[in-house]
Parts: sequence; structure tokens; C-alpha cells
Amino acid sequence: MSAGGRLPRWAEYGLLPLVNLAAALLLSGIVVRLIGESPWAALKLMVAGAFGSQDSIGYTLFYATDFVFTGLAVAVAFHAGLFNIGGEGQAYIGGLGVGLVGLAMGAWSAWVVIPAMIAAGCVFGAAWAFVPAWLQARRGSHIVITTIMFNFIASALMTYLLVNVLIRPGQQSPESREFGPGAVMPAMTDVLGRMGIKFASSPFNLASALALAACLLVWLFLWRTRWGYALRVVGQNPQAAVYAGISPERTTIVAMLLSGALAGCLGVNELAGSQHRILLDFPGGAGIVGIAVALMGRNHPLGILASSLLFGALYQGGSQLSFDMPHVNRDMVILIQGLVILFCGAMENLFRRPLAALLGAASR
Amino acid sequence: MGIDKRFGAVHANRDVNLSVARGSIHGLIGENGAGKSTLMNIVYGFHRADRGEIRVNGRAVQIGRPRDSIDAGIGMVHQHFMLVENFSVLENVVLGAEGGRLLGKGLAAARAGLEALARDYGLDVPLDAETGHLPVGLQQRVEILKALHHRAEILILDEPTAVLTPPEADQLFRMLSLLRDQGKTVVLVTHKLREIMAVTDRVTVMRQGAVVHETATRDTSPKALAEQMVGRSVSLRVEKGPASPGPVLLEVRNLCVSDRLGVPRVKSASFALRAGEIVGIAGVSGNGQTELLEALTGIRRPTSGEVLLSGRALTPKGLGPRGLRSLGVAHVPEDRLKMGVVSSFSAEDNVILGYHDRGAFARGGFFRRGAIRADCVAKMSAFDVRPTDPSLRITSFSGGNQQKLVLAREMDCGPSVLIVGQPTRGVDIGAIEFIHRRIVELRDQGKAVLVVSVELDEIMGLSDRILVMAGGEVVGELPGAEATEETLGLMMAGVRREGSR
Repeated sequence: MSAGGRLPRWAEYGLLPLVNLAAALLLSGIVVRLIGESPWAALKLMVAGAFGSQDSIGYTLFYATDFVFTGLAVAVAFHAGLFNIGGEGQAYIGGLGVGLVGLAMGAWSAWVVIPAMIAAGCVFGAAWAFVPAWLQARRGSHIVITTIMFNFIASALMTYLLVNVLIRPGQQSPESREFGPGAVMPAMTDVLGRMGIKFASSPFNLASALALAACLLVWLFLWRTRWGYALRVVGQNPQAAVYAGISPERTTIVAMLLSGALAGCLGVNELAGSQHRILLDFPGGAGIVGIAVALMGRNHPLGILASSLLFGALYQGGSQLSFDMPHVNRDMVILIQGLVILFCGAMENLFRRPLAALLGAASR
Repeated sequence: MGIDKRFGAVHANRDVNLSVARGSIHGLIGENGAGKSTLMNIVYGFHRADRGEIRVNGRAVQIGRPRDSIDAGIGMVHQHFMLVENFSVLENVVLGAEGGRLLGKGLAAARAGLEALARDYGLDVPLDAETGHLPVGLQQRVEILKALHHRAEILILDEPTAVLTPPEADQLFRMLSLLRDQGKTVVLVTHKLREIMAVTDRVTVMRQGAVVHETATRDTSPKALAEQMVGRSVSLRVEKGPASPGPVLLEVRNLCVSDRLGVPRVKSASFALRAGEIVGIAGVSGNGQTELLEALTGIRRPTSGEVLLSGRALTPKGLGPRGLRSLGVAHVPEDRLKMGVVSSFSAEDNVILGYHDRGAFARGGFFRRGAIRADCVAKMSAFDVRPTDPSLRITSFSGGNQQKLVLAREMDCGPSVLIVGQPTRGVDIGAIEFIHRRIVELRDQGKAVLVVSVELDEIMGLSDRILVMAGGEVVGELPGAEATEETLGLMMAGVRREGSR
């Protein structure tokens, strides 16, 4: 980085993302204005839609959980110097694993089935990441290209399976039958209810606790274990890794396996927690949003937690907005999300220099 | 003609004034990070000064990009050549001054001009040869020709001798003197005192971004200049007693190593390294030393030959860096930032690099943060690394302190063999003294040390025995005490010494 781009920690992790977010919202506001709606009213609607009631908060947290998994997946790969674009496909195939366990073992006790579903999601997701990882490590095929391709293959494979194999007999829509009762991740409304807290019903479920645990584990792994250390050395300086006796090839594969496993957990939230069956395209782009989440969260679990909440709110608030404002349709909401990704991800350095100059001037 | 420059906000250069007389060779000397390169990059338009001005022939010029500088008659020869390797010499020289849309005419005119230049200055270069195939000495000549062709009156050379053998360097100096006698002005940027004394008329010493001393070269001495550079008195000689070599620890037999493209770089090298001695490998950079180091430390697999550690042959497959480390072979790599450290990591995270799986640092895979920090603080105080802050990013330390940390890491684990590449590259004089002393101490503890360096002074000062590499072969060996610059220079140029073992 060139001179004048260094920010103090609090500004780097707090102020800069906020400024970027504000810029994105400002530009969105102008667009909303142009199509003849009040930006202020739209913003109020979105915030109310995301946080206005218990069930909207539940939805926001439910979406955020998806993004935590996919965001962590991108971050772990990123620390090893790999740009895993394949979170979508890994989540999709990971969900297949979750669903197969749910279909096969649904009648068993939840104490057995749910851990088995989580494990299957991880294994299937990791397996889907393994092929691009192996190709990168041993053949030098660029991971960005191969993971994108594997998203398409995953999509085609799942369509085939749902249309031809897993579809419930005598039904038109390509969905599997419902899982048995043991394969249902407890909803938060029930969990909290048992603890005496009333919380409105929503898809918000215990997988969110798994997401929190994943954040902690990823942090521990990356910064507190020698394997995480080795992974970061490979990501920062592969030559130094070789010098230190760390194999970049093996580390590449390990990092991608972990990344795929994390993405695969999305199925635990979506399928075991909410849909209770396998259906077409259930990741719904969360694997791609995970890239933006990781970028905005600076590839740190805490940052990813925060940016997941933001994206969860955008998702939930946005769909509420398109309900209530006749001129703002679904595409508008995607535009707003796109602007946030643009400012927080692609153009995150836009305000870095001015901010650094401002802070530098203030501290002098 | 006066170049006058002043600026303050970036402390790489603080209110620097430098004036160079027309038709002279002016030396600019200082330690790494003293601001020499920054200053020259400003003059050449790579960076912009925050304050101050540049005057050429007494006239202020605005230099915002290299083009402006070329127009003002300034030419620069960079340490790393800026040549297109698969262009011919002629094409490289006209690059940036093609003179029209169609090449043919410009090339013909340039050819005539260059032949005249070659006649006037004795700068003979085969104009139609492919540039990448020329020896480095000639490539450098192409750079000089290029500058002259662009009508440079002032020639800046940044560390021009780093890639040259001593005879090639002498030739360069003769050429520079000739250029001066023809009225050109030369600025020679270097950290080598010998070169300043040999060729310059005046010399300016920079320290910590400021000019601290300027004098006519004949009125000063290497020792005085060194003291000006460091700011205190230094000893330029390595103090050491005689070696008492013990048993052979590392033996290399007919080792052949190829680079990534399969080009043989080390050709059947054989030598032995004994306990309690320092063996230096001299040679011009790029003559197989890097590949030899990498093969000995397990980073690169040799194509054939044997390496024996304490008489035990390492398996044909070879041990990786990790296996060798566990057998007591420590390695300080040639290029610190490329290989020796992870520049985005803190000091403490760098001090465990390569040793991160040792029980002292990790238990059951989990780091013992407290132990790591305590170890780093201990190493910092043992090697006088400043500031003593283990959580500081490694790149916040000076080159000398970074190198001390790497040395501390590799020496502190009780190695029996230490392999050091360029022990003092990018290291200030004060730290050089310290590092040399530590290497000698390690030898006196009965360890074997192999030093590879392109600095002849360093090789001659440190080594008990010197091996010379040229063209991938070990072309000669002589005792450290007998080595002179001339004998080494001849051997480095590939002339075998009569009676050499």
C-alpha cells in the first residue's frame, strides 16, 4: 500500500466500513428518489422490515446465519491465499449431504440425527471443494475458475437429482419428501420458549448457535493453532512457507476442505432448520454474498458476524420494502445490495486516503 | 549546475540539499534507508517531493514523471535493469524515443547515432544482439547508452556494481571517468566505500534522510566516511582468532542442481564443511549460489549428487527444510523479505517461523502465546533488536533489526550447521559489525558455518576458507588469509587459479 493509506485500527475496522455503507445508502437513496419514492420513507421501511418486530428480527438473524457460514468459508480460504468463489456450489452439495441424512435417518433421535446432518453437510461441502483444491495444488489450475465451474456443475447435478431421483413420487415440483421429526433443527421460538422467553415464530433456529460456534472455532484455528499459522504463512508468503517446511500444496487442500465444510453448514440452517426437505436452489445466492460478507468483514470472524447481520438485514428489510412500496420491486432491492457490495468490497479503498488524511490532520 | 531539493513532510528526505558540479563524478553514500534512493527517485520523477525544487543549470524544472526528467537531460541506470530482454540492443535503446510512428527510420537514425556514441566513449555493444543474452556488464552498458541516446547530460547510477565482478566494475569506472572528461555529469549512488574512494570527485553522505557531510573525495578516508554514515566510530574489520577446524559436518559430493526451468545451475559441486570453521562462497550473484543454498537447505531437490550430514548420507529423496532443521541445519535465507519473514506478521510470529511446531511454542497444536512472546523478548534482548516490541509488525523494524531477528531465530535453536545467504544484505554498518561478531562466536562454539555473499569484503573478513563459484562450478578454493580482491576477482571471472585444489 502506498503512503497515506494506513489507518488506526478503530478506523480501519469501524469507521471505514461505516463510511462505505453510508455512501452506498446515499447513492441508493438517490436512485429511490429518481423513481419517485421518498428515500427517507424507504430507509424507515427497510429498518422496520429488518428489526421492527420479533418475527422480522428472526428472519434477519436466519439470513445472517447463512451469510456467517459462507462468509467464514471465503475467509478461511482467503487466509491461505485462495479466492474461493465456489461457496454457492459447496453449500448446495453440502445441503445434499444434510438432506440425505435427514431423509434416511429422520425417524431416529434428534440427538443422533442432527450431529450426523452437520457432519454430512461438512463432508459433502468439503468433498465438493476438494476437486478444485487438488487441481490447484497439483496441477496449478486456477481456483477461481474451477470453483466457478463447480458452482454450475453442482447446480446441474442437483437439478438432475431433484427432478429424477429425490423427487417425491406423484408430485410436480422438484422437491424431496419431508424429513422425519428427528431431522429438524429446533426453532429458536421453541428453544427460547422453554427458557421462558417468548419469541415470535420465524425460521430463526439453533443453527445460528452453530454459526456463532463456527466463528469462535475459526478464530481459534487461524490465530491460536500451529495449523492456522501455517495456513496464514502460505497465504501471505508461499516462499517463506516452503522455507519453513510448510507444504503449500497440502495447506491449499486443507484450507479448501475447511472452507467447503463451512459452506456446507448452510444446509443445516436452510434445510434442517427451515425447509425440512431438499428443494431446488435453496442457497439462493448466499454463497456469492458470502464473498462480500468476508470482504466487508475484513476476513475476521468478528467482522464477518457484523457484516452478516448487515446483509441479513438488507435481505429481510429489502423484501419488506418491495412489499410495501409499489415502485420498489425486487430488482431495486438487489440494486441496493449491489451498491453495498460495490462500496464495501470492490471500492473499499475509495475513502481510505481522504480518511487517513483527515485523521492525520486531526491528530497533528 | 545545481540540483537543489528541499522537503519535509515525508521523513525519507529532510530538507536535502545536494549540488553537483558539471563534469564531475559525485558520490552519494549512505546506509540502507538513509534516503539515497528516495532522493534519486524524486530527481528522476518516480516520486514527487512534498517541498523543494530541482534546478538544472540554475533553472528550476518541474519533474512530475520520468519523461520530464529525461527532457531535462537526466538519465538513470537502475540497479535492476529496465530492459526488455527479448528486444535487440538497438530496440531497447530507442525505446521511449522511437521518433515517429514507423520504426524503420528511427532505428536507422539511432544506429548511426549509437555508432558515434560508441566511438566517442568506447561503449562498444553489439547492437543487434538479443539483450537478455548479453552478460550483465554489457546490459548495464546498454542502459548507459540508452540514457546517452536520450541526450542525458546527467547520469545517475544506482548501486551499479552490485551485479558486476571486480574487473567489470573497474571497467565501468574507467567508462565513467571518460564520460566525465567529455563533460557529462555522473551521480554514483552506492553504499560501498571502496567505489567512492576509487572514482568520485566529491562525495555526499546521507544519514536518516538528511545530508550529514559533503567533501572532496581526496580530503577524506573510508573510515571517516563510514563514521559519518553510521554516526559513530566503527570497526571495518572482523575481529576473529584463528579457526580450529574439527570433524567434517557437512559434505557435498558432485552436487548438481537445476532451476525451475530445468537449466543446470550448480554443476558437480564438491566440498566439505568442518565444525569450528567458516567457509565463504564468493561469486558474482547468479552463478549458482542461490540454487546451491536451496539444495543444501532442502528447499530445492538436487538433480544428482550427494549431501552428507555428519557422515550420514541424506536419503536420495532428500529431507525437506523441516527435516533438516530437526537435524540441526539452520538457514538464514539470502532474500529476507522474499523468504525469511512474512512481512505482514508481527515480530513474534516471525520468530517462530519454521519452529512453530516445536513443543516450546505449541502444545497439542495450540500456541502458547505467553511462551512465544517471552521467547521473542529474550531473542530481542540477546541480539539487541530495537524496539523490543514483539507485537510490532516485522516491516516496522529496520533491515538490520529484521536480519538480527532472523539470525536470532536460526542461531538460538542450537544448530550444528548454520547456512547463511547474504548475511548483511540491506543491513546498516552498525548491525553488520554485530552480525559478523555473532557468526564468529558461533564458529568458536564449534559449529560449522557456510556463508554465501556477493560482498567480497565480507567473504574475506569472515571466512577461514573461501570457495569461489563461477558458472555453477566451484572453480577454486583458498585460505581466507591468502585471499585478495585480485585473486578472487580473477577466479570469479572464471579464470582457474594455478595449483588450486
